[in-house]
Amino acid sequence: MPDAPGPLFYERRTYRRRRLADLSRLLPVAGLILMLVPLFWGDSSGSTVPMSLAILYIFGLWFALVIAGALLSLNRPEELIDPQAPRSPLPGEERR
Amino acid sequence: MASLNVLIAVCLSYVAVLFTVAFMAERVAMRGQAHWLRSPLVYTLSLSIYCTAWTFYGAVGYAARSGLEYLTIYIGPSLVMIGWLWLVRKMVRIGRSQRITSIADLISSRYGKSNALGVCVTLLAVIGTTPYIALQLQSVVESFSIFAAEPGFRPRPEENVSTALWVAAGLAFFTVLFGTRNLDVNERHHGVVMAIAVEAVVKLIALLAVGIFVVWGVGGGLAATMERIDASSLGYWHTDGSRWGGLIFLSAAAFLCLPRMFQVLVVENDMEAHLRTASWAFPAYLMLMSLFVVPIAVVGLDLMPAGSNPDLFVLTVPLSQGRDGLAMLSFLGGFSSATSMVIVASIALSTMVSNHIVMPIWLRLTGDGASISGDVRHVVMLARRVSIVGVVLLGYVYYRISGGGTALAAIGLISFSGVAQFLPVLVGGILWRGATRIGAFAGLGVGAVMWFWCLFLPSFGADVILSAGVLAEGPFGVSWLRPHGLFGLDGVDPLVHGVFWSMLFNAGAFFVVSIFTFPSPMERLQGAQFVNVFNHSRAPQGWQGGRAQAEDLMIMAQRILGPSDAQALFHDEARRQGLAGYLPDPTADFLQRLERELAGSVGAATAHAMVGQIVGGTGVSVQELMAVADESAQMMEYSSQLEAKSEELTRTARQLREVNEKLTQISVQKDAFLSQISHELRTPMTSVRAFSEILRDTDGLTPEERGRYASIIHDEAIRLTRLLDDLLDLSVLENGQVSLNFRRGTLEEALSHAVSAGRQGDRLAIRRDRGDELVEIETDMDRLSQVFINLIANAQKYCDAEAPVLRIVVRRRDGTVSVDFIDNGSGVEQDMQGLIFEKFSRVGHHKAGGAGLGLAICREIMARLGGTITYLPGQGGAAFRVTLPDRSAMAAQ
Repeated sequence: MPDAPGPLFYERRTYRRRRLADLSRLLPVAGLILMLVPLFWGDSSGSTVPMSLAILYIFGLWFALVIAGALLSLNRPEELIDPQAPRSPLPGEERR
Repeated sequence: MASLNVLIAVCLSYVAVLFTVAFMAERVAMRGQAHWLRSPLVYTLSLSIYCTAWTFYGAVGYAARSGLEYLTIYIGPSLVMIGWLWLVRKMVRIGRSQRITSIADLISSRYGKSNALGVCVTLLAVIGTTPYIALQLQSVVESFSIFAAEPGFRPRPEENVSTALWVAAGLAFFTVLFGTRNLDVNERHHGVVMAIAVEAVVKLIALLAVGIFVVWGVGGGLAATMERIDASSLGYWHTDGSRWGGLIFLSAAAFLCLPRMFQVLVVENDMEAHLRTASWAFPAYLMLMSLFVVPIAVVGLDLMPAGSNPDLFVLTVPLSQGRDGLAMLSFLGGFSSATSMVIVASIALSTMVSNHIVMPIWLRLTGDGASISGDVRHVVMLARRVSIVGVVLLGYVYYRISGGGTALAAIGLISFSGVAQFLPVLVGGILWRGATRIGAFAGLGVGAVMWFWCLFLPSFGADVILSAGVLAEGPFGVSWLRPHGLFGLDGVDPLVHGVFWSMLFNAGAFFVVSIFTFPSPMERLQGAQFVNVFNHSRAPQGWQGGRAQAEDLMIMAQRILGPSDAQALFHDEARRQGLAGYLPDPTADFLQRLERELAGSVGAATAHAMVGQIVGGTGVSVQELMAVADESAQMMEYSSQLEAKSEELTRTARQLREVNEKLTQISVQKDAFLSQISHELRTPMTSVRAFSEILRDTDGLTPEERGRYASIIHDEAIRLTRLLDDLLDLSVLENGQVSLNFRRGTLEEALSHAVSAGRQGDRLAIRRDRGDELVEIETDMDRLSQVFINLIANAQKYCDAEAPVLRIVVRRRDGTVSVDFIDNGSGVEQDMQGLIFEKFSRVGHHKAGGAGLGLAICREIMARLGGTITYLPGQGGAAFRVTLPDRSAMAAQ
């Protein structure tokens, strides 16, 4: 079924928020690619990457993903993609 | 070293705390104060059943053996959750809108409610999960034996076995107790979820505590620990690249497909908005869980004697340092991880087994499914309970047979790759409308066979099931069929090899067969609903209603949903259609809604079959097929508008007809009223006149005769007065001039008064539940009693059973109190049901005479008291429901 016809252009604020939704869709893809960086470190035969550095890289990336995810989720990205998404009825969570 | 007895005491009191938590959560939820139970935090914590004992103990062992590779198991799910907008959100939305009960239900529902597919998924899930449950039992037993290994005391194997049996029995008991409280799986298991959330906190704190102790207590700070790590045998990155990538994919797939994860992620989800919090909080949880794993492994390798089991470093390292308390905490953490996994896994599997295997067989055995006698709920409940015990028992048996060796430890990833076979069918089903049932069968079948051959069977080791010869040379010497070198792909890690081939063939077969087969109408409908779940606010119709009998449907619904829920549903639907009473028109909309409600209890396929049996033709009409096709969307829009209009017209016509019928009948009654009233007045008048004439004109009457005649006159005068009183009462009530005397009292008081006043003789047996009746109300007690007396007297007069029984059932629901009076007679015929509350209406021409004003007065009284009195159909006798308004019940609280 085709989408309900929406406006062709959005005002600046809405536009900005929609791009944030794009960003939160991109986040896991970027995360996956960066998580696959260790593939270039070589395997047991010829690796020169010390364990402490590997731990720092992976957990640092993980932590950054969590923080980015938390910040993006404040924008309620699901509402931007799907205007009918049920709003949270919890008190004190209304926007603005 | 802490003695085994202390350990058992701590363990038992921890279990007692869990029971209390679960019990309290259920209580709070029942009182409707479950607000805080539904916080996103609890949801996130409940997801942590992903971290089982395999994580808690196994991750350290895994790290000690293979370095950072263990992280892949947690990175995969983290990425899935961070990318929740891609897939997880759609799964949750579909789960909620289609009232999905399990992953088998989702797949069977998507592919045309095919139960055979549900059975396949269920079987594969059981095979994949059983070893995992065995693994949990093994971890508890091994951690026990660490504590039991005091000098001079060696645990004997049979003691291990009995520990495992006790743990299994306790888990089954807990799960049956809290996991099968309500039949509708979509009602949340608040007790279980809360207990799991508590366990999630315990295991996180335990692992962090051990980690902090190891880094700062033993390792001498962060920098020193890092140096120690670099200097150890794990000093350099040495993970195989194919395993790193392959396992991230595998764990992400398993996260979506594991039955227990599906249960907490989709089925127990209360609110879609919780996902937003879980999308970052759950990865954070996983990160914290895996943070200290490498330090613990490295320090353990340093401290412990060579050859000790690295899987138990989390326990043995604190013990070796004399930290008994820490070891105890760590034991509880491991215990929590194991128990929560078994509980949720057995709930999830039991739902699948009972809905897709037991119920269909049972329905077939009992013949005509829907019209079976008796309450189906206890059958479903029993099936679910037996399945829970069965699943846990199966895990125990597997543990016994496998002997709890190291072979079991390797089963974690095998199990993951087994359930990952659902992935193409699942993801394809919700993203691609072209996926067909045959394609799903092909994909699942091929994937399952390859998984069996390449991963499951070899996992038992050489010469257990597959001989060493087959492993090395292939079956019958066909070398390209070797389990670890399929199609000549040699030199690859066996796990990655198996996952690669099975997923490739699974997805390939699914895709190709789907392309070349044609879906049935039902599949296309379901496919459109699943794929476009965000567009469809309203589901297309699946039923051509009209022939169904609303009363039959109600009888069936009552057996599955329970009387009060079913009545509430029917009543609500009737009101939505603008009809009074409890019997809505069986429109396609309503049938769809009813089917979905039933699906929450017995699964989509069974619910569809049951409604189909009553409604008859289950065909999907041309209009609905047009609804499936995108290109004819406009046409569909137009036709559905027409359809809606014609439906509305039909309904209005029915309402008009009803009103007209009633008006005609009332007009006939009005005519009858005058003749009735003159007749009612005239009969006593005649005898009064006759006997007073005798008294006046006849001389020589004996005193006895005079007394007799006078008392006849007196009786007739009383009858007249009563009739006039009733009429007066009614007119006062109708004009609203009545003054009510509100006071507080209990329902029990009013009912007891009514029973003693309304019952004459012992012919009518009355069944009550005084416990339920202790409801405080504030109303005009005398008027209320009058209503009750009238209903009891009516039952006495009109109930035509051999041994008349009147049941009085009190229910509280959303602040409303309802009192049902149900007798076992033949009830009121349907065409009379709308009329009995009118003045002077008498059912049939019964011998027991009355003016026919009783129910009319009752109705007026209840209207004045702000309540209602209605006739309740489909109860196997005459049944009246008196409803008291909210405020009289609420004011009492």
